[in-house]
Order: sequence, then C-alpha cells, then structure tokens
Amino acid sequence: MNFAKTAWKNIRRSPYQALAAILIMTLTFLAISFFTFLLVGSSKVINYFESKPQVTAFFKNEASQSDINQLENQLQATGKIASIKFVSKDEALKIYREQNKNDPLLLDLVTADVLPSSFEISTVKIEDMAAISNALNKSALVSDVIYQKDVVSTLTSWTSAIRKIGLTLVVLLSLVSIFIMATIISIKISQKKEDIEIMKLIGATNWYIRWPFLTEGILYGIIGAVVGWTIATIGLLYATPFLESFLKGIPVLPASYLDLLVLLGLEIVFAVFLGAISSFLAVLRYSK
Amino acid sequence: MIKLDKVSKKFGTGVFGLSEVSLNVDKGEFVFLVGSTGAGKTTIFRLLIRDILPTEGEILVNGWDVVKLPKNKLSTLRKNVGVVFQDLKLLLDRTIFENVMLPLEVAGASSAEATKIVETVLGQVGLTEHKDKFPVQLSGGEVQRAAIARALVLSPEILLADEPTGNLDAATSWEIVKLLTDINKKGTTVVMATHNLDVIKSLGKRVIRIEKGKIVEEPSSVKTLEGQGVKKGSEKHKIEKEEEKTE
Repeated sequence: MNFAKTAWKNIRRSPYQALAAILIMTLTFLAISFFTFLLVGSSKVINYFESKPQVTAFFKNEASQSDINQLENQLQATGKIASIKFVSKDEALKIYREQNKNDPLLLDLVTADVLPSSFEISTVKIEDMAAISNALNKSALVSDVIYQKDVVSTLTSWTSAIRKIGLTLVVLLSLVSIFIMATIISIKISQKKEDIEIMKLIGATNWYIRWPFLTEGILYGIIGAVVGWTIATIGLLYATPFLESFLKGIPVLPASYLDLLVLLGLEIVFAVFLGAISSFLAVLRYSK
Repeated sequence: MIKLDKVSKKFGTGVFGLSEVSLNVDKGEFVFLVGSTGAGKTTIFRLLIRDILPTEGEILVNGWDVVKLPKNKLSTLRKNVGVVFQDLKLLLDRTIFENVMLPLEVAGASSAEATKIVETVLGQVGLTEHKDKFPVQLSGGEVQRAAIARALVLSPEILLADEPTGNLDAATSWEIVKLLTDINKKGTTVVMATHNLDVIKSLGKRVIRIEKGKIVEEPSSVKTLEGQGVKKGSEKHKIEKEEEKTE
C-alpha cells in the first residue's frame, strides 16, 4: 500500500511528466480500441455475408425434381456445403410478392410459371464459392448462377488490410509509449537519486526502491487505458445511429456492453504489462 | 561488537583513505573517534555500513563479516546499525515524523506499530511538537535530533554519530551529547566522531584518534589531543568537506 501511496505522491509532484505519460498511453489505447472496433465490426459484416446464401443457382423450367435432388446430393457429397435450400417456383412467387407488395402492377404481371426454382447455397469456406459456382454452371439443369464474390472478397481484403495497419500501428504506438514512459520514469529516478541513496543507506532493499516506480508506470498504463477506452467507447456510442443507417440492416451495432467491458478488461491487462515493462526498463538502467 | 582488522581503503584517485587500520569497540561502549579533517573518520563509518568496500582487511560488525556479506543481507546490516550522518541526510520533502518513520517503513513495520514507535522516539529526543514540520523549518539542533531519532527508531545495537555536534552552539551540543549518553546507558554501543574537546574531556570515555588514515596511539590526556589538532568545543569547526571530496 505504501508503494501506491509513494507512487501517487510522485505523480502529484511532477504533474506534467505524469500528464505526458498518461497522454501517450491514452493515445495507444485509443488506437487499440478504435482498431478493435473496426476489426470486430468488419468481421461481423463478413460473417453476415457469409451466413447469407452465397450462391444462388436458378433452374431451367425443364429441370425435374428428381434431377434437382440428384444435383443436391452431388453437391452435399463435396463436403463444401454448409447449407442448401431449394426454393420452388411457388416459394419464389411468395418471396417476389413480399418484396413487391407495394407495387400492385408488378404483382399482376408475374405468376409462378415465370419465376425459376432455385438453390440457395452457403459454403463452409468462402473460398469454396467459386468451385461450387463452377460446378453449378456446368450442370445442364442450371440456367444461371449468381454469387456475392465481389462483396465478400472485397470485405475480406479490407479486413485483412485493417488488421495489418492496426496491428502495425498498435505495435509502433506500444513501443513508442514504452520508450517515452521509460524516459519519464528515468527522469523521475534521477530527480530522486539523493532520496534513493538515503533510503539505501538506512536499509532499503532494491525492490523497496523499485516498487513505487513500477507502480507508477502501471498506474499511468491503467489510467491511459481507461481514458483511451472511454473516449473510443463514447465515440462509438455517439456514432452508432449514423453507422446503423449506413450499414442498412447488417446487424453489427449496437455493440454489446459486455463485449465493451471485456475489451476494457483486456486493455487494462495489456496496460499493466506495458507500464510494468517501461518502468522496469527504467529501474534496470538505474540499477546498472 | 565492532572490529576492524588491518583495514585499508584506497580511493579511485589513488589516495589512501585508510591504511591498515585496526580497532575494537566492545558492546555497550561509548567511544569517541577523533581526528582532523580528512583523517578518515567518515570513511570508517561508511565502511561499517558497507557504503564502500575496503581495499584490504576484515570488518566485523555485530558478528557480521561486512566485506563478505551477501548483497541481499546488506539491508539487514544497515537496519541494525543506526547512523547519524554528518550531513544528516534527511529527506527535505518529508516531515520530521515521515523522516523518522522511514526506517520502519523500509523494515516493513505496520502503520499502527510504526506510528507508536515514532511518537515514543520523537518524545525521547524532544521533537514531539515539531513532528509535522519539515527539516528546513527547524533549527540546527532540532534537525540534528531528528537525525538521531531516525537512527534510533529501529532500536539498533550500534549507533554511529558522525560529527553530531558540528556547527552547533555549545548549549545545543551538550543537549545532543546528553541524548547520546542516555542512549548509551540503555545499552546501545555508541561511536561518535567529533572535534569537540570539551565534550571528550567531560565524558571521560575512550578516545580513538585517527590521522591521515592511520590509528594513532590512544591519547592519554586531553592535553595530548590539543597538541594533536583537536580543538575546543567552543570553537566552530569546519565541516569535513575536503574529506568528503577525497572520498
């Protein structure tokens, strides 16, 4: 408890250094929170598209039900199919009517005979879509195949880019914060050099002297993490209505409070690690 | 209790701080360590708490072999030897109470227990009413007493006092000396480095004289001391800055 008291006293006695340390930590954790939101959000968007029927194959009118069943069995045998749903002409009409219920003119013109029956297929892996699509195109029963190749692959490449940029930025910021914090703690140690010598002369162990500095670094980390997370979370909550309308029904938002708290917990653990590493580097230098 | 056997200390500059010094101090003794500026008195104190290591020789303090003492036992040694430093070494940003409390905090005493001990010791040295003041708010004699209180708070068996009456007026010097003799009467071994001839004369305790890093034969009379450069207590004495510079 004395360590925390001494650390708090150190923070109060050099507020500008403390502020600089907290600011760099806040910046690091703001970036971590921001990129976590982006990554989780984009992953949810990809999951949404992946869970939707990814490949739709429309059958020719002459395709018989037994041929269609046989094709279904062949596709299932590949092991690449997560789900497959047959949509009959009647069901297609029902869907058509539901989608165009506000336009009676369109409803009058269309009957079940006009609409083709189809398969709505989800693959286990997104990469399997092309193979399934090719197989369907080759089938004599199928008139047309559509799949969301572009949407999902674009999203995947964006997510991958975000992950890489985010990770690089977070690693860089973490390193910068470690060095800045270590420098600040080193300055504090040299300012207290005389006090440290006195404490050692009256019997203080090395760890007795190190602990307040380690606690101080950890405190800067925790405060930075909480402030960074709070700013990012407030930003997310504020932007939620705009983002929801932009995402047009893709169920990404609102973010779960439990998930946000888990993120805070993980950030605090990382902050403790960053703070401890920085302070330890500084006290190690002093010890030498 | 304290034994130095042929201890030499050569500093980085090549200057010998001590040269084959041997001395003994028995348990419960009150011993004066006298000598002119730069003679090596502070060096002996620094060696006894292993602030520095000797170049040669053996040092025993309360049964500990100071030279061979493992690093992790160093704090234990220092907790068992109270030191009143020549420059006091009080923490200026802490109150007298906090300064005296420090060795107890370092030793891991509980807050309640430490508070009780500090209040008792501050009472002994007559600083109870000044406990919340900072060192700069006190007179020379008061800060000296604060330094003694800090050295005593862990009830050490040995107390080393380096020029505790330096730069103090005669009356205040006597107060400090009386305090140290009272502590000695309670069983603490006291080694006091001083220039103050009046104090040495009046107490009639054993005197160890050191000059240019060597123990000189123990003087039989105060007159001998006067002849050897030890001045009367009524005279103001310079702080051994040169000694510190050399060390």
